[in-house]
Amino acid sequence: MSYPDDLRYTAEHEWARLEGDVVTVGITDYATDQLGDVVFVELPEVGRRLDSAAAFGVVEAVKTVSDLYAPVAGEVVEVNGALSDNPAMVNQSPYGDGWMIKLRVADRNVLQKLMSSEDYARMIEEEHA
Amino acid sequence: MQPTTLLKRTPFVEAHRAAGARLVDFAGFEMPVRYTGDVQEHRCVRERAGLFDITHMGEFHVSGPEGVAFVDRCVTNDVSALAVGQVLYSPMCRPDGGIVDDILVYRDADELMLVVNASNVAKDFAWLEAHRPAGATLTDRSESTALLALQGPRSAEILRGHVPEAALGLGYYRFVRGPLFGVEAVISRTGYTGEDGFELYFEPAHGMKVWDGLMRAGAPHGLEPIGLGARDTLRLEMGYMLYGNDIDDSTTPLEAGLGWTVKLAKPAFEGREVLVRQKELGLERKLVGLEAEGRRVPRHGMAVEAGGKPAGRVTSGTFSPSLEKAIGMAYVATEHAAIGTALEVVAGATRIPARVVKRPFWTHGSHR
Repeated sequence: MSYPDDLRYTAEHEWARLEGDVVTVGITDYATDQLGDVVFVELPEVGRRLDSAAAFGVVEAVKTVSDLYAPVAGEVVEVNGALSDNPAMVNQSPYGDGWMIKLRVADRNVLQKLMSSEDYARMIEEEHA
Repeated sequence: MQPTTLLKRTPFVEAHRAAGARLVDFAGFEMPVRYTGDVQEHRCVRERAGLFDITHMGEFHVSGPEGVAFVDRCVTNDVSALAVGQVLYSPMCRPDGGIVDDILVYRDADELMLVVNASNVAKDFAWLEAHRPAGATLTDRSESTALLALQGPRSAEILRGHVPEAALGLGYYRFVRGPLFGVEAVISRTGYTGEDGFELYFEPAHGMKVWDGLMRAGAPHGLEPIGLGARDTLRLEMGYMLYGNDIDDSTTPLEAGLGWTVKLAKPAFEGREVLVRQKELGLERKLVGLEAEGRRVPRHGMAVEAGGKPAGRVTSGTFSPSLEKAIGMAYVATEHAAIGTALEVVAGATRIPARVVKRPFWTHGSHR
């Protein structure tokens, strides 16, 4: 299980990567392992404004379904349309081609409130203790 | 502090771990839910063959002069008509017609073996024991029985040379006793996938000898170990019942579409009066197959609506890897049960459009 150092994490197993004032969001390696094969990802419209922790979509796996939550507040500036044809990319490349949405944020420091890679790994470990 | 629960282990748990399985608590057993991925494992069984550890299932043995009559009174299907070497699927009902469990009955020369759902072992044993006449004995041999299912079109080829020739000639729902990789076993041509295949019962002490033998013999045929995740998608494509989801103490076999297993001509069995009446008066609800539009999946417990009004509830749902469609089963009011009826499944704020379709969903299986 890998949790790259340059990302920030939520307790709901989303990751966030800041580039300029845009935050890319996806779900973690751990989340994809829990879900199993992803068959469908429902994503929001570009332009929608999301509050922090707002549900922005749904990920359907063969065996289970899970809501997706915005790690930070922001405006949706792009969604990963390639997932509609190839949802399995979420399993194959959760931190790369399997990304889900990009949010423009007002405050670049909001990511500091999220977990570091180390904190997230510790949380997973504790859940399984 | 969390209470420590000791999970029961099958003889194959280390093999599952070594094969990279994700292990979960299932009915008190540490069981493999997935090895590589649900879809890949599912396709492996449909196209080649897969090996399932289903040791968690329970096995009871019934003997004595009144053994057959005893079981026949407890189940809805006809046990007395079974020939030695035959297997029977049957619901076991309460007096009110609700289903205690759905089980397999094996007719051996001097005894019956009942195979029951893992989560129902204690309940079923108590139920049967309460109905047992003095002329029958009932023994729970679940702890001393290992069970593997070899399923898929290549199954018979994999077993060739490692089982008696008679086992390869078995018809569907027939079994023989004989050596399996040198281990005494019940070799049964049954399964829960819709594919040709075998269910193999033997003593747990010889577990790894059989597992390794099968995996080695199966390697040239593309045999892979398969988890409970794919077991569920395979059975659901066939419209097979999962106890606790599609049937339970509050549903009757007639409502579930299991009328073919209810022999009302039998003079007496638990639930008969209620089932006779239900048949005469007609059913208020029926279990139907659903095919959803789009890729949102109907899930267990979701409400079903017809024209915005309550119509029923989803019992099982999955994304079907074979059909590449979202499918499910639901109890709906009989007026909405006709094939082709348009319904909606309530998934939170979303309505999933679905229509009633025939079961099985998958009709190309290799079982016969």
